[in-house]
Amino acid sequence: MTLLKPNILFQFNREQAFVWGLRSLAVLSGAIVLLIFGFLLWEAMPLLNKIGLPRFFHDASWHPTSQEFNLSPMLWGTMLVMFGAVSLATPLGILSAVFMQYYASPMIAQIYRRLIELLAGIPSVVYGFWGLVVLVPLIGKLHPPGASLLAGILILTMMILPTIALVAEASFANVPSAYLRGAVALGLGRWAMIRGVIFPATKSGLITGVILETGRAIGETMAVLMVCGNVVQVPNNLFAPVRTLTANIALEMAYAVDDHRAALFVSGLVLMALILGLVTIAEVIRE
Amino acid sequence: MKYIKLLVPIAISIMTAIAVQSCSSPSKTQSKSAASTNALAGKLVLTGSSTVAPLLSEIGKLYELKHSGVRIDVQSGGSSRGIADTRQDVADIGMVSRSLKENEKDLQSFTVARDGISVILHKENPIPTLSNQQIVDIYTKKTTNWNQVGGKDALITVVNKAEGRSTLELFAQFFKLKTTDIKADVVIGDNEQGIKTVVGNPNAIGYVSVGSAEFSANNGTPIKLLPTNGVTATISNISNQTFPISRPLNLVTKTTPTELQKDFIDFARSQEVYDIVKAQYFVPIQP
Amino acid sequence: MNSQHSDRVMTILIWLVASLVIGALFWLLSDILQHGLGQLNWQFLTTTPRNAGREGGIAPILISTALIILVCLGVSFPLGVGTAILLAEFSSQSSVFSRLVRLSLDVLAGVPSIAFGLFGNAFFSKTLGLGFSILSGGLTLACMVLPILIRSTQEGLRSAPEDYRRSGAALGLSRTAILWKLLLPAAMPALVVGILLGLGRAIAETAALIFTSGYVDRMPSSLLDSGRALSVHIFDLAMNISGGESHAYASALTLVIILVVINSIISWLGEWFRRDRLQLL
Repeated sequence: MTLLKPNILFQFNREQAFVWGLRSLAVLSGAIVLLIFGFLLWEAMPLLNKIGLPRFFHDASWHPTSQEFNLSPMLWGTMLVMFGAVSLATPLGILSAVFMQYYASPMIAQIYRRLIELLAGIPSVVYGFWGLVVLVPLIGKLHPPGASLLAGILILTMMILPTIALVAEASFANVPSAYLRGAVALGLGRWAMIRGVIFPATKSGLITGVILETGRAIGETMAVLMVCGNVVQVPNNLFAPVRTLTANIALEMAYAVDDHRAALFVSGLVLMALILGLVTIAEVIRE
Repeated sequence: MKYIKLLVPIAISIMTAIAVQSCSSPSKTQSKSAASTNALAGKLVLTGSSTVAPLLSEIGKLYELKHSGVRIDVQSGGSSRGIADTRQDVADIGMVSRSLKENEKDLQSFTVARDGISVILHKENPIPTLSNQQIVDIYTKKTTNWNQVGGKDALITVVNKAEGRSTLELFAQFFKLKTTDIKADVVIGDNEQGIKTVVGNPNAIGYVSVGSAEFSANNGTPIKLLPTNGVTATISNISNQTFPISRPLNLVTKTTPTELQKDFIDFARSQEVYDIVKAQYFVPIQP
Repeated sequence: MNSQHSDRVMTILIWLVASLVIGALFWLLSDILQHGLGQLNWQFLTTTPRNAGREGGIAPILISTALIILVCLGVSFPLGVGTAILLAEFSSQSSVFSRLVRLSLDVLAGVPSIAFGLFGNAFFSKTLGLGFSILSGGLTLACMVLPILIRSTQEGLRSAPEDYRRSGAALGLSRTAILWKLLLPAAMPALVVGILLGLGRAIAETAALIFTSGYVDRMPSSLLDSGRALSVHIFDLAMNISGGESHAYASALTLVIILVVINSIISWLGEWFRRDRLQLL
């Protein structure tokens, strides 16, 4: 905010050009999502015009080649997998960050951080493959068929944990040391300091981390495709197979024509609406 | 470390150099206008089925060795993309893993190989064969336990392919099922996913391409192929046309092929690529 | 005492969580190592793929991947850092413009990878005429990576102490000087995290690249050539080609090793930059 104060504004004229340059970059960044939205709308329009939006939630089932387009079971699939993964990954990730920053020795923290960064870069197809070949049979022994909501949640948790962990850790690193010293001076124990001082101070960063990991969770395609079973139904327990909207697009886009293809783009629009809803809620919480 | 001040401009100049070089190389696809000399020259872009793509990629490489002025670019994306891209002139030739439908007869198709579909079980499953009616009952969930068809007491895990896929349509067509009647426990996309799902679950039943199944079974993967109508599911039985469930792998063009396209398509159907087709576990059209 | 008790409980819990996470990672990594180590040798890294990738190596694929990543970071870094600076320093947090841009970036972060692939294909490959090319793939990836980079850098800038700005202003420094010399170095850890997460996302991306940079496994001669990325190659070998598993594992192992090396270099660079500028310990 200091940089916006009038008495240092426009002190150097070159700066004005610089700031306008920055503004145009920001406009460019912001425009991308509009382009994508427009693209999805363009492709989905023919079918939306033909049958309208309500049918996508009230048809008998999802059988696009037989003109049935109910998206709701898959919407449930997406939301359940996402909520499950985020609920699991957020505490694990934040505690991992706490570990790296406040409990581990610098060398252990360094190694741990490298490993978490590694987790972030492993391709979704490797996670999916490993899940299909190792995790799914394991779950299957407990309760067939194995490919299930639980498998999806577990794999997705592994994939999004690095995001929240690393962003949280960066936020923790930025807490002014005065806060820490003050806490110690007050005689607070380590956990009490973390809970009472660090978390409130880094609330904004943590929420950013949660938003980013939720985004990744909603958008993940390959891995959930391989481990979730892909049956179009609302699951009634953790071991039932589900299909997410993203897996649906990936699974059927390759062979979809005309109406079927347009229906898949409609599901893309529904996903964007979901993300928009969640992000708005997060922003409101932040205020 | 003043070197960092050197590093940044050097990095920028390297990137600029690469970018400039790319701008100066020839771009567009126009193979139609390229063939002006006696020797064949130009670029062909093929898009379509991911099943056919590896085969055509290898055939393309052999063709490039024989005609140094030609480049064959093979892309993936699915059969429907192959059709759409060919119609819109984005691709020169499309790859489709089925015969053309009624509304696609404006395109010309050329078969380059054949493939079959086999029902697979886990190797540990004691059942040696299933009648067509038994398979129908299993896939419509009239039969839900292996002991109802002479096997162990275990729930059957039904593995089905995603809607729109040519393998599914062929399967449904042969067994006279409607795709909406099939009740699956796991829905998969690619052949390998199907094989790995059955490997991970001893009580699963699925259907995949004969080529992939035969290769895997021969290389120690614990699956077995069931005979259909009494005929064992092997590549050779598809070749001598005794195996009943088979499909053609086609190349499609929008209009009559140009000189370069025709030469390549003829090459892809000739005796010269016999070994490549066999190496990819498909059935060559030349006996 | 109650707080000492809960402190100890939390300590144990946190160590447990850390071990759990590392355990899961090692489970995954050991699987890759076990199956991939046998195939990994110098020849694998320097020859071209043969027989649809079942034999031969991955040299052209490594080059294509490197070029795609370079394009991605080369475009997203200036765009991202610039936007982050604007959002954090040169516009009010509650202005409509700032809110809209932040909202659109958060939504962008959630767009599924396959949607990016289809969009990239329609926009970069068809509308802008780049066709199936490394450039097309890199630009699409840049769109994916942008929100991560921007939000992370923005958070880093926001949490730089206000004192820095005030003392800079008191000394009569221009806004850009305050930015370059004080704020960006202070935000460096967050910036590095943004780059690493973005890089991770870029290398890991498969679906978006199948439709943009494509499937061709030839050595690329320019940015307009189609080139197969490492993740696409792994996907093809694991899920599409029968008998491709061993090379899929070896490619995955290669990718993991590359990631470790790049991550270390970027982290070290970032830390050096911060220390050098701020003359801190």
